[in-house]
Amino acid sequence: MDINDLRAAITVVSFLTFIGVVLWAYSGRRKEGFDRAARSVFEERDDVHHGNAKR
Amino acid sequence: MSATGGTYNYTVVRQFAVMTVIWGIVGMLVGVIVAAQFIWPDLTFGVPWLSFGRLRPLHTNAVIFAFGGSALFATSYYVVQRTCQTRLFAGGLAAFTFWGWQLVIVLAAITLPLGITTSKEYAELEWPIDVLITFVWVAYAIVFFGTLWKRKTPHIYVANWFFGAFILTVAILHLVNSAAIPVTLWKSYSAYAGAQDAMVQWWYGHNAVGFFLTAGFLGMMYYFVPKQAGRPVYSYRLSVVHFWALIFTYMWAGPHHLHYTALPDWTQSLGMVFSLILLAPSWGGMINGIMTLSGAWYKLREDPILKFLIVSLSFYGMSTFEGPMMSVKTVNALSHYTDWTIGHVHSGALGWVGMISIGSIYYLLPRLFGQTQMYSMRLVTAHFWIATIGIVLYIAAMWIAGVTQGLMWRAVNADGTLTYTFVESTKASMPFFYIRLLGGTLYLTGMLLMAYNMMKTIAGHKAVDAPIPAAVHA
Repeated sequence: MDINDLRAAITVVSFLTFIGVVLWAYSGRRKEGFDRAARSVFEERDDVHHGNAKR
Repeated sequence: MSATGGTYNYTVVRQFAVMTVIWGIVGMLVGVIVAAQFIWPDLTFGVPWLSFGRLRPLHTNAVIFAFGGSALFATSYYVVQRTCQTRLFAGGLAAFTFWGWQLVIVLAAITLPLGITTSKEYAELEWPIDVLITFVWVAYAIVFFGTLWKRKTPHIYVANWFFGAFILTVAILHLVNSAAIPVTLWKSYSAYAGAQDAMVQWWYGHNAVGFFLTAGFLGMMYYFVPKQAGRPVYSYRLSVVHFWALIFTYMWAGPHHLHYTALPDWTQSLGMVFSLILLAPSWGGMINGIMTLSGAWYKLREDPILKFLIVSLSFYGMSTFEGPMMSVKTVNALSHYTDWTIGHVHSGALGWVGMISIGSIYYLLPRLFGQTQMYSMRLVTAHFWIATIGIVLYIAAMWIAGVTQGLMWRAVNADGTLTYTFVESTKASMPFFYIRLLGGTLYLTGMLLMAYNMMKTIAGHKAVDAPIPAAVHA
């Protein structure tokens, strides 16, 4: 087995890992968690100034 | 929302945010000077320190690492604290990253005009400065990942994934490409030789584009676009998929900088193929950002900050279409070494990186000084239009100049001799050098408006550190 087999194997494994990521991200079970994560930036309001001067 | 959790560390965010504007002006001013040198080569009276060859790396380093770098530090420190609902980890180290980074910039501004350079593009700084960069970067990683570690929120928001990938990858790139054997205090030789040195350099160079100038700024996009639009990101799962697609592909695109060189042919083709694949994850990000506005497009009409953010994404989409196209070997045969490349870089740099940073800093500044908005939103609008017209003039001029140069250089007579001399192609480019100078000057003018607006926003107002909310709503 020469080093190029290893290189090819790593490429294939990387590709399969990526396919795995896609399937995971698009599985129905993840939807709710992702929606919550997407809304998480609005959990605290920073659009008004809080008025406490620097301590 | 009670403030039992203390306050966020806004000090370091403020420092970097203000310096973003200052360094932006400095870097872009040097850019305008080198653009003018194309028209008036004797502009700097033959002073060697101010010659084109020395000012040009000063320009690129200043805009990428001083302007872009400060914007990345400011926004990543702000975003990681707000999304983790916790104060920045290791405040002392965070302060060190600010002062250390400023020292790196000052040293660059001294050594580059003196002609002290490794001659590696975007990695010109000599080894003592490289060592300092390494210390600053390790501190940055400790502060950022430490903050993620002690987060109060269950999930690591996607913007932090992009910032984290940027910090980690730039560390690796810097260490590998800057490996050198020092011979004196200000002279070193690369640890690599010949074609391998070139390949390492452009593996670094393209990933500097991919991770410093893309991943980090996508981190900005994923926080500031939803916040400014008041809507959650269009598709969170798309953000996950295009994140990993970027990570898996960017690393391989570097060889497209070395088409038709001593680099093995298969490596060139590999670089080209991966560059073509990159279109998909790049456009994934662009679509995700722009579509975040779907159903709220009217906001784009009234809100100049949103204009900056969304137009930056349009330029991102444009330049990430142009990039893969230019990596095709036959296209590259025409475009490489011409001003088309300069046009491409500036559509990414002025359009994408510049505008997303400017938009984000306009979002940040009032919040860091207890204000609800900038001193003058009309000036922000003016800045937007001046900058946009500047970019369009710049890149259109460089497209025409570049294609003209490429066509003239490859034209041959029936007997095989070259149709044009090099200087004829320079002469043909002259009108476009004037237009480029005008475009760059407009962009710089916009930054000066921003500086004035910033001064007025800050003047007479106390720095405010927002309180950390006590309870976490998962």
